[in-house]
Amino acid sequence: MLKSTTVNKRWLIGAFVIALMVALPVASVFYLALYPSENIWGHLAKTVLPTYIVTTLQLMIWVGGLSIIIGVSTAWLVTMCNFPGRRLFEWALLLPFAVPAYVIAYVYSDLLEYAGPVQTTLREFFGWTSYQHYWFPDIRTLGGAVLMLSSVLYPYIYMLARASFLEHSFNIQAASRTLGCTPFQSFLRVSLPMARPGIAVGLSLVSMETINDFGTVDYFAIQSLSVGIYDTWLNMNNLGGAAQIASFMLIFVVILITLERISRTKQKQFNSADRFKTIERYELLGWRRNLASLVCLLPFVVGFAIPFLLLSKYAYENFETSWSDEFMTIAGNSFLLSAAAAIGTSLIALILAYSKRLSPARGLLLSAVRFANLGYALPGAVLAIGVIIPFAAFDNTVDSFMREYFGISTGLMLSGTIFAVLFAYMVRFLAVAHGSVESSLAKITPTMDMASRSLGHNTLQTLFKVHMPLIRGGILTGALVVFVDCMKELPATLILRPFNFDTLATHVYQFASDEMLEESALGALLIVIVGLIPVILLSRTITASQKTH
Amino acid sequence: MSLAKKINHFFPLMLLTLAASIAATPTKAVEEVNVYSARQAFLIKPMLKAFTNETGIKVNIIFAKKGLIERIENEAKNTNADLFITPDIGPIYDIVNKGLTQAIESPVLEKNIPSQYRDPEGHWFGLTSRSRIIYTSKDRVKKGAIKTYEDLADPQWKGKICTRSGKHTYNLSLIASMIAVHGEADTEKWLKGVKANLARKPQGNDRAQVKAIKEGVCDIALGNSYYYGKMITNAKNPEQIAWAKSVNLLFPNQADRGAHMNVSGVVLIKYAKHKANAIKLIEFLSGPMAQYMYAQENFEFPVRPDTPRSSLINKYMGKFKPDTLSLTVIAANRSKASKLVDKVGFDN
Repeated sequence: MLKSTTVNKRWLIGAFVIALMVALPVASVFYLALYPSENIWGHLAKTVLPTYIVTTLQLMIWVGGLSIIIGVSTAWLVTMCNFPGRRLFEWALLLPFAVPAYVIAYVYSDLLEYAGPVQTTLREFFGWTSYQHYWFPDIRTLGGAVLMLSSVLYPYIYMLARASFLEHSFNIQAASRTLGCTPFQSFLRVSLPMARPGIAVGLSLVSMETINDFGTVDYFAIQSLSVGIYDTWLNMNNLGGAAQIASFMLIFVVILITLERISRTKQKQFNSADRFKTIERYELLGWRRNLASLVCLLPFVVGFAIPFLLLSKYAYENFETSWSDEFMTIAGNSFLLSAAAAIGTSLIALILAYSKRLSPARGLLLSAVRFANLGYALPGAVLAIGVIIPFAAFDNTVDSFMREYFGISTGLMLSGTIFAVLFAYMVRFLAVAHGSVESSLAKITPTMDMASRSLGHNTLQTLFKVHMPLIRGGILTGALVVFVDCMKELPATLILRPFNFDTLATHVYQFASDEMLEESALGALLIVIVGLIPVILLSRTITASQKTH
Repeated sequence: MSLAKKINHFFPLMLLTLAASIAATPTKAVEEVNVYSARQAFLIKPMLKAFTNETGIKVNIIFAKKGLIERIENEAKNTNADLFITPDIGPIYDIVNKGLTQAIESPVLEKNIPSQYRDPEGHWFGLTSRSRIIYTSKDRVKKGAIKTYEDLADPQWKGKICTRSGKHTYNLSLIASMIAVHGEADTEKWLKGVKANLARKPQGNDRAQVKAIKEGVCDIALGNSYYYGKMITNAKNPEQIAWAKSVNLLFPNQADRGAHMNVSGVVLIKYAKHKANAIKLIEFLSGPMAQYMYAQENFEFPVRPDTPRSSLINKYMGKFKPDTLSLTVIAANRSKASKLVDKVGFDN
C-alpha cells in the first residue's frame, strides 16, 4: 500500500512539473497584465468595451449554437440512421476541419463581393447595373463571420458527438424503442443526454477557437475582444493593457467551463459490456431520406467543396508563378513540425490525464492542468509573447551564469529555435489532446485498474496493458486533431520562428494579408490537402472504435 | 491497430529528421546579417538579394507584423537581431523609445537620406516614403471639389466616402498628424464628420476602397500613393487596372501644409552582433540601386533625392508638396489618435 502511494506520488509530481511548464506562457500573460503602461479600462469602458463584449458574446453564442446544430444533427444521422450517402458523409463531414478559418473567409468574400461571380451573375440576369439597384447580404458582418467560423469549427462537435453516440450502449437505445420512442424522441431523451460530455468538450473547443480568432474578425471588421487586444498592444503601445484584456477573456472562459462542469457533476457513465454490439440503424423512408442527405450535404459543400474548388482553380491558374522549389521544403516543415507537436502534445496529455486518475488527492494537480489548458483560448500572438518571456529569461540567465563562472557565452538556446515554435503548439493545443484522452480514460471503469493492480501490474504496466488498448482511439483522435490545428496555426509561428523559416501557413499569409488570394491559393490548397490525410485517418479511427475489439 | 503501429515506426524517424533540421541551421563562418522585419518579406527580398550578390553577405530574415519588438526586448543582449525593418514610423518610434536601438554615424546615410526622413540622433532611417492621398471617382466627383483632408468632413459628401479601418496604422498616422495641426478637440470633430460621411463600415485594404469607387459603392477614398502604381500595372489581375482607371488622384492640402507623408524605415539594434554588416546593408538600401528598385517595383517614393521616381508615378502624380511635419511628432500622437477612433466609434 505504502509502495503504491509513493509510485502515485511520482506520477503526481511528474505531472505537476509538466503542467507548470505548460502553464508558463499563460502565467506570463497574467504577469504582463500587472504592468500596463497606463490604465486602459477607463477609456475602454467609456468607448468600445461594451461593443467588444457584446460582439464577442454574440459571436460565441451564435457560432457555438450553429456548430452544435450542425455537428450533433449530422453526427446522429450518420451514426443512427440509414440514408443514401451515409457512409460517404461519415468522413466527408470532417473535411471542413482541414480548411483554416482565415482561408474560408477570404474565399467567400471573393465569391460574394460585388465584383465576385455570384453578384455579377445576378446583375447580368436581372439587368441591374449598380450597387444601388439591389440588396445583397454583406458577408463582412457578424452574421458572415458566424457562418464562416461555424462551417469550419462544427467538425469538433461532430467528431466528439459521433464518438459518444458510437460508444454508448445500444441496449439503452433499443430499450427506448421498445418503450415506444420515435427516432426523434429517442434522440432527444437518450442519445443527447448521454452524449452531453462529448458535446460539451467540443463546444468548449469551438468557443475557445472563436474567442481567440483574429484573422476572420479582422478581415470582416468585426469589433471583438481580440481586435481590442491587438489595438491596445500595437496602436496604444500598451502590452500590459492588452494582457489585461486577454486575462479578462481567460477568466470569462474559465467561468464558462466551470459552469458546464458543475451542471454535469452528477452524471457519471462507464461503458457496459455490450458497447461493441453492432448498431441497428433506423431506416429512413420517403422524404426523410432525402432530407437527411441534404442536411449532411450542406455543411460539406459550404465548409469544404466550395473553398476547395475555388482554391484549386486559383492554384491551377497561377501555378507557374506560385510554384517554387521552396514549396517542398515549406510543406516538409509544416508536416514535420505538426507531427512532432501532435506526438509531444499527446504524450503530455496522456501523462496528465493518467496522473489525475491515479492521485486521489489531486486538487492542486487538477487546478494546474486546467490552468495549463487555458493556452488554447489565448490569441496566438499573445501566446507567442507568453512563450518569448520565459524562454528568453531562461536563456539569458543561463548565459549570465556561464559567462560569470566559465567565461563562455551560451547565447540563445531556446529562443528563436524550432523548439520554441513546437512548445507554443503544445501549449496551444494541449486542451484538444487532453480533452480527448481524458474523456476516453474516464469511460474506463476504475474496477479495471483495481483488477490489473491486484494481479500484480504496476501503474505503468497497467497503463500500457489495460488502458492503452482501450483509449488508443482517444489518443489518436487527439493527436490527429492537434496535427491539423498545427498545420493551420499562424500567429505564434510567425513571431517565434527561426530565421528563413516558413510553414505553409506563414507562406500563405504573406500574400493573403495583402489580399492577394490568387498568389496564396496554392499554399492554402496544400494546407488543406496535407490536412486531409489525418482527417481521413481520424474518421477511420472513430469508425474502427466501434468495430474492433 | 495497424495505424498505431505505423506511427510507432515513424516516430523515431520523425524525431531524427527534426533533430537533423535543427542541427542543420547555419552556424557562424559565413558573413551574415540578421533582419527582423515587420514588412512583408516578399516586398524587400529583391533588394536583399541584390545586397548579397554585391557583397557576399548572407541576409537572414524573419517576418512578422507584430511581436518582433517584444522578442528583441526579451532576448535582450543575446538577441540575434541586427536590424529591424518596418513599414511605418509607428513601430520605429516604439522600438527607439524602448532603448533597443543604437545610433549610426554614417556620411553615406547622411548624404542619401534627407534630414526629415531620419532621426537627428541617428537612431532610425527612412528608406522609402509614401503619401496618404485621396482617390476620387472620375465620373462622379468634379476635379477640385475636394482640396484637403479637412474637406472630407464636409456634409456635402454624406454617404460618399470609403476607407479601411480607422485603427489601421496608415489612418492612425494621418489622424495623428491632424492632432498635431488642429489639436485633439478639433480633430475629434473632424473625425466625427468623416465618420458621418462614410458609405459603409470601414473595411478592407486600401485597394479595396478604390475598387469600391469603381463599383459605385462610394465616390471618395483614402489610400496610400503606391497602391495606384500597383493597380494600374497589374497585368495579372487586369480588373485592378480598371479600378485604377476609374479614379483621379489628389494630393491634399497643397495650398497649406502639404500631403501627409510616412516612411518605411530601419533601425540598428543596440545589441547587434554584426554591426558592420548591418550598417553596410542600411547604406545599400539607401543607395542608388536599392532605391531605384524600391521605386520601380513597389512604386514607393525613394528617399534618396537623386533617384528618380517611377516614370509611371511621375506621369500620374507629377510634383506635389509633401507635409514636412516631423514623423516623430506623428508617431507620438498615435496613441491619442487610436483613442479618438474609439471615442467617435469610427469603426462601428
